[in-house]
Amino acid sequence: MAKEKGYTKNNFLKGIIAENPLFVSILGTCPALATTTSLEAAIGMGILFTIVLLCSSVLVSLLRKVIPDEIRTPAYIVIIATFVTIVKMFAQAFLPALYSTLGVFISLIVVNCIVLGRAEAYASKNGVFDSFIDALGMGLGYTLAILVMAFFREFLGTGGFTIGAVLPITDKAYTLQIIPEDYAISLFQMPAGAFIVFGIILAVLAFIKNRKAEKKAALEKLEKQRKAEEAKKAAAAAAAQQVAEGGNK
Amino acid sequence: MEYVITFILAIVSSMLIDNVVLSRFYGICPFLGVSKKVKSSLGMGLAVVFVIVMATLICYPLFMLLKLAEIQFMDTVAYILVIASLVQLVGLFIKKFSPSLYKSLGIYLPLITTNCAVLGVVQTNSDKAYTFWEALANGIGTSVGFLLIIVVFSCIRVRLESSNTPKAFKGLPIALITAAIMAMALFGLKGLFSGINLGL
Repeated sequence: MAKEKGYTKNNFLKGIIAENPLFVSILGTCPALATTTSLEAAIGMGILFTIVLLCSSVLVSLLRKVIPDEIRTPAYIVIIATFVTIVKMFAQAFLPALYSTLGVFISLIVVNCIVLGRAEAYASKNGVFDSFIDALGMGLGYTLAILVMAFFREFLGTGGFTIGAVLPITDKAYTLQIIPEDYAISLFQMPAGAFIVFGIILAVLAFIKNRKAEKKAALEKLEKQRKAEEAKKAAAAAAAQQVAEGGNK
Repeated sequence: MEYVITFILAIVSSMLIDNVVLSRFYGICPFLGVSKKVKSSLGMGLAVVFVIVMATLICYPLFMLLKLAEIQFMDTVAYILVIASLVQLVGLFIKKFSPSLYKSLGIYLPLITTNCAVLGVVQTNSDKAYTFWEALANGIGTSVGFLLIIVVFSCIRVRLESSNTPKAFKGLPIALITAAIMAMALFGLKGLFSGINLGL
């Protein structure tokens, strides 16, 4: 299959920016709100999520000619559930702190619309390599998006960042306190804070998008005006020429 | 008598205090997606109540069976299959008895399968090793809580549509801020049952 140059790159990048699953398509909101109380939990969630997405996309893509069309959704769900079970057992064995922090939300990756959505919309129609790249982009895009949310929630909610409490990066939990704890707004650690942060991020993105659209519209208007003026001038010049020619005759 | 009171309190607790949507974050997708009209949110909520209660009733003995066969780790796969077929059933049922509701729910019906609330409830029941009555109370409370919140939220959203919000906040962002304020309001109920042990 001949693909235009740069297809793979665009395929990878679209998941991160243009079609970001969380901020643009508004998919997978449940874990994005629930697991973003700390940066570490968000990183853990993002990694587990990306692994499941990668494995299921590749397998769905491999089996795309085998699975009959009528039963494809249940088949995809079983594939996804299997990988989630594997990842869950892996986390339980090697990352017990992460397992207990994320709790039921590891199982809930099964019903994360992004995984099923990519299987349905992309992996079932494209080759293994493309599906892998697509899944990698989407997984990274989602991870970055929840990291942004977790950054604001942990920073505003606790006044600093903690490392080593959930993921076994360091042997002891270290806390970097930037704002004194007394001034932290604990609301951001609570469910209400998740909704506020997500709402404000979406509003900022909408603002930027509106701005861009307005600028584009203004540019187009200017361009139109310029063209109209040029046309007018040309018409006037033509008319003048005609008059001049008429005078010559 | 005491059991009945505990049962009812457990329902109220998981309905209001630990509300599915606003404090446990299950089912945000339909919560944001279907709540633009009161009627369709009511239909969605009722369908979710039915699916969750049925799924709880079916999956509880199913987990016992899995335990007997010593393959508990297959629980997620088994649950999702039960839920998917239940949703299919509800779809057929609604199509037969209320074609207009079927039309308005349309694309959202299959989405109940991927509503985290359903799998979330069933999974919590087996993860926390609830007894049958605790599981049932969890199921009823969670699903009725979902129904309650999605209907209330859709009533607010209908008014938001016609109100004068800043342009950047139009649509989803202001809906999320509204949800945040509702979450804060429900958070105020947290101390309500502090003296009573619910077993939850």
